[in-house]
Amino acid sequence: MSQTSQVIKAEELDPKFKYEISKIHGAEKLMLCFQCGTCTADCPVSRYSEFYRPRKIARMVQLGLKDRILSDKHLWICTTCYTCIDHCPQDVDVAHVIRVLRNMSVKHTNLMPLVYKELAGNLMKSGFVYMIPESRIRRREQAGLPPLPKTKPDEVAKVFELTGFTKLLENSETFEKVE
Amino acid sequence: MAEEKPRYLIFLGCVIPYRLSSYEVSTRKVLQALGVELVEMPEYNCCGFPMDPVNHDTMLTLAARNLCVAEREGLNILTLCNGCFGTLYKVNKTLKEEEEEREKINGYLKEFGMEFKGTIEVKHLVHVLTEDIGFEKIKGAVKKPLTNLRVAQHTGCHIVRPKKLIGKDDPEDPKLLKELIRLTGAKCLDYMDEAECCGNPIIGVNETIPFSMAKEKFDHIMDVGAQALITVCPFCHMMYDLNQPRIERAFNTKIGIPVLHYPQLLGLAMGFTPEELAINELRVKPTQLLEQI
Repeated sequence: MSQTSQVIKAEELDPKFKYEISKIHGAEKLMLCFQCGTCTADCPVSRYSEFYRPRKIARMVQLGLKDRILSDKHLWICTTCYTCIDHCPQDVDVAHVIRVLRNMSVKHTNLMPLVYKELAGNLMKSGFVYMIPESRIRRREQAGLPPLPKTKPDEVAKVFELTGFTKLLENSETFEKVE
Repeated sequence: MAEEKPRYLIFLGCVIPYRLSSYEVSTRKVLQALGVELVEMPEYNCCGFPMDPVNHDTMLTLAARNLCVAEREGLNILTLCNGCFGTLYKVNKTLKEEEEEREKINGYLKEFGMEFKGTIEVKHLVHVLTEDIGFEKIKGAVKKPLTNLRVAQHTGCHIVRPKKLIGKDDPEDPKLLKELIRLTGAKCLDYMDEAECCGNPIIGVNETIPFSMAKEKFDHIMDVGAQALITVCPFCHMMYDLNQPRIERAFNTKIGIPVLHYPQLLGLAMGFTPEELAINELRVKPTQLLEQI
């Protein structure tokens, strides 16, 4: 989206991209987007970002700007508030389309935000996405709370393996911030 | 005939054990007094939501695994976190209704000797309070009405949106939490853009945008003279309470709005002491508010 002032060249368009995306659960109605801009007008992130525009994301997919959209880091600043889904007059699940693009972006570019690698690492170690400090566990007792539930981190690791997540973690470089 | 006591598996999620036991302490106090029995999850893993942006199937399988544990226990799930609720509720619904998705995820679950059957329900604290306990009973439990207080609510997103998947409350103008607040005797004020997101999910990649969103929320609630913000999600709470000093620094301004978990507010009205409700653990201390009640 930050690059949309660039000229679009015919050779960078992938005419099948929109069909590829539309087959994925959550993005089925992408082709129905008629660029009204309701998603963007009502998006709390677009209000504070110069670059993040869900309407443009939908148009870029329809045009077939596959490489551009999948390497655009602004995909990662959707807060998943789902307002765009509730307000879309064409019933496009905009936030789900963005999730589909994020998933595809990790595979396509071998890049993901550092925070997800950290959360995934914690999850495999402890079953929680944060490492719960010992002091917290002691304070639970003092506050009269039951012990933390038992976790099965080995099963998390197995879910990661089965669903291809482990490979994504191994293959991906990271970036920290998106302006 | 004795009324059957509602019984739930309590799903704590990750944020509560990590940072916000105040929410757990106050919830357990209040629910016990209202006759809800909480059973601990015998086996737990993160709901799966944080992994969704990277791989949707990973999220679905992690969530389904938790649902299978609850099915095995034969108990419905109660969550305190909007994120856990949205994830478990939607995955439960999707796997119940969509055969293709269910078969795919059951293919993974087979490796653990598990199978999603679709026999349980998932509820958030707000739904247990409004649907199971009911307004009358809560009203009856209020011993010290907080009639001097003027507060604002933040319902959050994943407990109401997307409307077509959740189908509870009104996402544009959420009412359940407001009604619950009014039962305590406190005034729940209307303010601009009440349904706006806290912004916290993207704080790992960008701070400026969520801080701006939270600042706008505080501006709106201060405009109407609210003394506190009331939340029902630990993730939203972190944004408004733990991060409040950082938001103040970023905008070089004083906010000073205490942010209470709803069961803390209800607990005060039911006659529990601030200590019993872990109110001292809040980052922004509600000193003035406590003097007033």
